[in-house]
Amino acid sequence: MITASVLVLFGIGLTAAVILAVASKLLYVYEDPRIAQVESVLAGANCGGCGFPGCAGAAQGVVEGKAGANVCVIGGDSVAAKVAGIMGLDFSATEKQIAFVDCTGGVRAEEIYQYQGARDCRAQHLLYSGAKMCPEGCLGYGTCVTACQFGAISMGPNGYPVVDPNLCTACGSCAQVCPRGVISIWGMTARITHVNEVNDCLAPCRQRCPGQINIPRYIEQVSRGDYAGALETIRERIPMPLSIGRVCPHPCEGVCRRGNVDEPVGINMIKRFAADWEMNSGTRLPITCAPDTGRKVAVVGGGPAGLSCAYFLRRLGHAPTIFESMPKLGGQLRYGIPEYRLPKAVLDWEIEGIIGLGIDVKFNQFFGKDFSLESLAEDGYEAVFLGIGAWMNLNLRIDNEDAVGVSTGTEFLTKVGLGVDTGIGKKVVVIGGGNTAIDAARTSVRLDADVTLMYRRTRDEMPANMDEIIGADEEGVKYLFLAAPTRIVTDDAGHVTHVEYIQMELGAPDASGRRRPVPIEGSETLIEADTVYTAIGQKPELSCLYDDSGTCTLEETRWRTLGADPDTLQTALPHVFTGGDMHTGPALVITALGEGRKAARSIHQYLNEGAPHVPANMQRDMIDYTMFTHVPDVGLRERSTMPHLIECDERTCSFKEIEGAINEEQVKHETCRCLRCGLTCYNRDLAEGQTCDAEECLKNQ
Amino acid sequence: MDYFVLVIAAIFVNNIVLAQYLGNCPFIGTSKESGVAIGMGLAVVFVAAMAAVITWCVQKFLLAPNDLGYLQTIAFILVIAALVQFVELFLKKVIPPLYKSLGIFLPLITTNCAVLGIAIICQREEFTLLETLIFSVASGLGFMLALVVLASIRERLDLARVPISMKGTPLGLIMAGLMSLAFFAFKGMAS
Repeated sequence: MITASVLVLFGIGLTAAVILAVASKLLYVYEDPRIAQVESVLAGANCGGCGFPGCAGAAQGVVEGKAGANVCVIGGDSVAAKVAGIMGLDFSATEKQIAFVDCTGGVRAEEIYQYQGARDCRAQHLLYSGAKMCPEGCLGYGTCVTACQFGAISMGPNGYPVVDPNLCTACGSCAQVCPRGVISIWGMTARITHVNEVNDCLAPCRQRCPGQINIPRYIEQVSRGDYAGALETIRERIPMPLSIGRVCPHPCEGVCRRGNVDEPVGINMIKRFAADWEMNSGTRLPITCAPDTGRKVAVVGGGPAGLSCAYFLRRLGHAPTIFESMPKLGGQLRYGIPEYRLPKAVLDWEIEGIIGLGIDVKFNQFFGKDFSLESLAEDGYEAVFLGIGAWMNLNLRIDNEDAVGVSTGTEFLTKVGLGVDTGIGKKVVVIGGGNTAIDAARTSVRLDADVTLMYRRTRDEMPANMDEIIGADEEGVKYLFLAAPTRIVTDDAGHVTHVEYIQMELGAPDASGRRRPVPIEGSETLIEADTVYTAIGQKPELSCLYDDSGTCTLEETRWRTLGADPDTLQTALPHVFTGGDMHTGPALVITALGEGRKAARSIHQYLNEGAPHVPANMQRDMIDYTMFTHVPDVGLRERSTMPHLIECDERTCSFKEIEGAINEEQVKHETCRCLRCGLTCYNRDLAEGQTCDAEECLKNQ
Repeated sequence: MDYFVLVIAAIFVNNIVLAQYLGNCPFIGTSKESGVAIGMGLAVVFVAAMAAVITWCVQKFLLAPNDLGYLQTIAFILVIAALVQFVELFLKKVIPPLYKSLGIFLPLITTNCAVLGIAIICQREEFTLLETLIFSVASGLGFMLALVVLASIRERLDLARVPISMKGTPLGLIMAGLMSLAFFAFKGMAS
């Protein structure tokens, strides 16, 4: 009995074993041993974050070449390196990607949808396509919070999701479930190369800024005391927060939504505060760069546009070399903007930081003389950025314009910038009404001259910044409005003695909307002068583009600037890009910085994909429906003022910086004046009579 | 007609999961998504049918003649385990597409009490070979039906706001209980 049962069981077992053994021999299927090896080094969490069904699936995917070494979203670089080792792949550390929430309006969702008791925005979206007024923004339901397997997203105090960059693995499940697409998985490269699109969360200031800085974001970071984070946000768009914080005429503030209530938020003051904070702390914040690609790009011109382009190319991993004609970098920032507005020490500190990322600079190199597009190509530069600025002055087209003592405002400012003798006299006449004219006038005042600024229209039409006009007035610059020079009067030695001008009156408005000045016959008058500076406009010096036979491979526009695609900044030669004043004609520093980034973006695409491109829904003009002027439910809050470091009497004999930074308390106040606008939404104020102390303010934002 | 009653009884009245409470772990474990549930259900139908037929032969030609009925359980386990392994090898080589869709569930079935239960019930009811085949396929379909229904319910529950302590398996078990109660309505319609 026992023997029989043992025999039977043994027999069944043996038969099964034999069948299986034979089967495994006959039915053997080759399986790559690397699959098991790869699986053993993966995290083993079976989280599915990589998009494969579990770690075994991922391992199979890697071996089949469907996924790269960095397949595991949890393991990070160490696991990726091991996988690469098994597979014999090249592994270079990839940049960290994290989820990025580009909306600050969740708390303002006007109606929260309940799906059978659950707040659910997917259902909400399917049924009603969202109940919020803003067509783009976060609904604040937190589906992304539930979707995150790593606990990296939480609902912030302001009703929109906050990502913890340390926990985020960039698996993308939050971005998948978000019905509004306000979450994207972004690495630094993607953030740097992003241009404003009409369905981004663009507050008016963000639409207006030529540098496309994410203004509401850095203001919010400053309000939390995260100055380093704010600078990182700014540096994803411009490399020079210190300089911009000082010289920018802040067009953003002109469209600030709070400007419809009381006065615009002091956006630039906040930027300057953050930038000064870093400089005064003495240590530079680290700036991350993508892994080296080793591809050489020549950047011609070390002004704002060139510096910006080189800086972003470097951050994208390329190897830019700046070719500068002057002995120092900075362009108009150094040689055009006077010391009292932008101290050279500050500029030097900032440029040092940019160059320190690993950018080569060659000084005293003239384009067209020391090198050319052909020689650059021979030296292995795969793309060229031309940003030589607009340094050539327009002529007055009057008699004796070349008399001794007559020179241009930019030449004068350059000489002051270089620290060489300017030959300035005692009675100076500056001709022009722009910022260069004012800079020349205010600089002359500091060199102890009696200065008259001559402009053919009135103060209201002056293109210079209002602050500058008032500042010059305060320092004793005399204005002579409605006056146009007709002749330079010289003595026997050919030196200027007088300027003859004719008085004007304003006629009908011209194409630019300004009233055209019309001369009054017979009103010629003489004004005494031993030095005359003209500053009636500049244009790029394009003669360097022409070869000896007078031909030019690039295109010149009717405004005497370099022609290029307005979006990609690519010129007629596919590997040549341009930007800054050379492309736009004289414009703002921030415009040049913005164009530098755009060009770097195009060059990056050109190097990687062959052709630069922009998204179809790129934002070009201000978005109409966001520009409403009726802003209800916002209380008045007084704007902070920039302190003056030195006062009027002292100012005229000193080149010391005039404007100081606001203090920490003021910056807190200023940040909570910000309405945290989105496209259409903004933070409404609360009960009447509410004051703005920091804590309360933060709570209500 | 008898076969029709047999099928109806196996699928609805004596549903292997909901009336006999066999195979509960894969029932809860693989009922999170309906796609997975269908794959698992098909695998069970396939294996249960093969296992029932083979074990019927083992019982008929090996155990019963030698009067070794008490070895039924252990012998069946042995046979089913070996069978599943063999099927896995066979499918991998011969029908790779089928292996891809069923393969990952086969190891789960090796120790599945529903499969063993079906084989043993066939012996208890003293079915003929044809009846065994029909009954085992029908029982497998019953398992699949229960699994797919539960998976569909649980997919909906994922969308709802549920207390954290009840999320996942606890709520799955409650749903299984309610389904079982519902299936009791078939009680007595066929034996």
